[in-house]
Amino acid sequence: MELKGWKETSIAGLVFDAGSSVEYETGMWRSSRPIIDLERCTHCMFCWVYCPDGAIQVENSKVVGIDLKHCKGCGICAEECPKKVITMVDECEAKTEAVK
Amino acid sequence: MSETYVKGEVRALEGDMVVAEAMRQINPDVVAAYPITPQTEIVQTFSEFVADGLVDTEFIAVESEHAAMSACIGASAAGARAMTATCGAGLALMWEMLWCASGMRCPITMAVVNRSLSAPLNILTDQTDMMGARDAGWVQLFAENHQEVYDNALQTIRIAEHPDVMLPVMHGLAGFVLGHTLGRLEILSDEVVKQFIGQYKPSYSLLDIDHPTTFGAYDHWDYFFEHKRQQWEGMNNALRVIPEVGQEFGKLTGRYYGFVESYMLDDADVAILIIGSATGAAKVAADRMRADGVKAGVLKLRCFRPFPAQAVADALKGRKAVAVMERSSCFGGETSPVSAEVCSALYLRSLPIKVVTYVYGLGGRDTVPDEFCQVYHDLLKIVETGVAEPIFRYLALRDY
Repeated sequence: MELKGWKETSIAGLVFDAGSSVEYETGMWRSSRPIIDLERCTHCMFCWVYCPDGAIQVENSKVVGIDLKHCKGCGICAEECPKKVITMVDECEAKTEAVK
Repeated sequence: MSETYVKGEVRALEGDMVVAEAMRQINPDVVAAYPITPQTEIVQTFSEFVADGLVDTEFIAVESEHAAMSACIGASAAGARAMTATCGAGLALMWEMLWCASGMRCPITMAVVNRSLSAPLNILTDQTDMMGARDAGWVQLFAENHQEVYDNALQTIRIAEHPDVMLPVMHGLAGFVLGHTLGRLEILSDEVVKQFIGQYKPSYSLLDIDHPTTFGAYDHWDYFFEHKRQQWEGMNNALRVIPEVGQEFGKLTGRYYGFVESYMLDDADVAILIIGSATGAAKVAADRMRADGVKAGVLKLRCFRPFPAQAVADALKGRKAVAVMERSSCFGGETSPVSAEVCSALYLRSLPIKVVTYVYGLGGRDTVPDEFCQVYHDLLKIVETGVAEPIFRYLALRDY
């Protein structure tokens, strides 16, 4: 997202357009990452309901993954999952794992 | 002067009543306020105006000053012209929300009936309350007398709502000394006031459902600084707008306003710089010194935020020694809030004027002309010896 200077940006940070949080990537704040075991997931949608950032990705009524650009790693999904198929993994380790 | 001015009605009112009367004429959309001595009469009187149907104002009786300012911010964001009034501890309790009001660029206006901050418990006047809010992003004006209280109350609306400013404005009047004493002043007609203040047309409003807008959203490290920079711009623009509004008000009423008022200053060797109601006593002292052949003058500061450094430097240029009078408890600095600004203004313009700071009148202590004469004698000694130390002094303090 291109950052505006103080002369161009809206006065006092007023926001005029809905959905601006989609453009604002908050995933970089995350210190632990939720990993879903999709084979054991029952698609009950508890995680989707509880996620405060709308970061649970759903297609055709099925959980398909997590939007890591917006997931802040709060762990609420892992806490609320009735089947305990979401585990929180240290973000550094998750990144290293991804590189491997 | 050949110009003709509108005629005012001469009235005798207590300072707090003057504020309430101005608020009645302004007829703001929303007033959210909490009573506190010595501001109580403002809220009490204005709420009677509301009850009697003399104004269209939505009056919100809140549970604290923090809530008062919060409600004003909400109302202002909704597009309303919002006002309140407070003093001393009330202003202190508002402190968090003062920053929200200025940061959200809400042009709220507020009378502050200057009162000390406890402890020891004290309800009387000094300017510690407003000095404590000096960096909160509010424009700050002060009045010397009842007429200035009234005139400031009207001008604050125009300053705050100016599109290049869009900042809240507080105007101070001394608790009890002005707030609870009768003073003579001229009140303009309701119609003239209505014309002068005009209608508030907010650029953005929560109630404008055709253009939905989020106010007060979270700002991260990537934009917070930029939005703060905008506030500096508003403050800088106020340096232009305050005298513009003061001149326009002068053309209407014959009472012209700028940043400062000079008294016997043009040829003065020694000068007293002062804010607020004690200015009159300093002027009497200057008269007495003049009668004794001393070139003494007074510089009254009307506006403290934004600080009119150029106007102060221009007025003090050529003086040999200046006493900056500080009516606030301001611990820990080498000088004081007012004095630090004056020293900065003079130093940055290479004006070699001796400056000393006098704390005076704390907690409502009266300061009389004889005591200001003593200040002038001290200044004469500084001019004679070239020694300003001690640069931080206490006026009319026992054991000093």
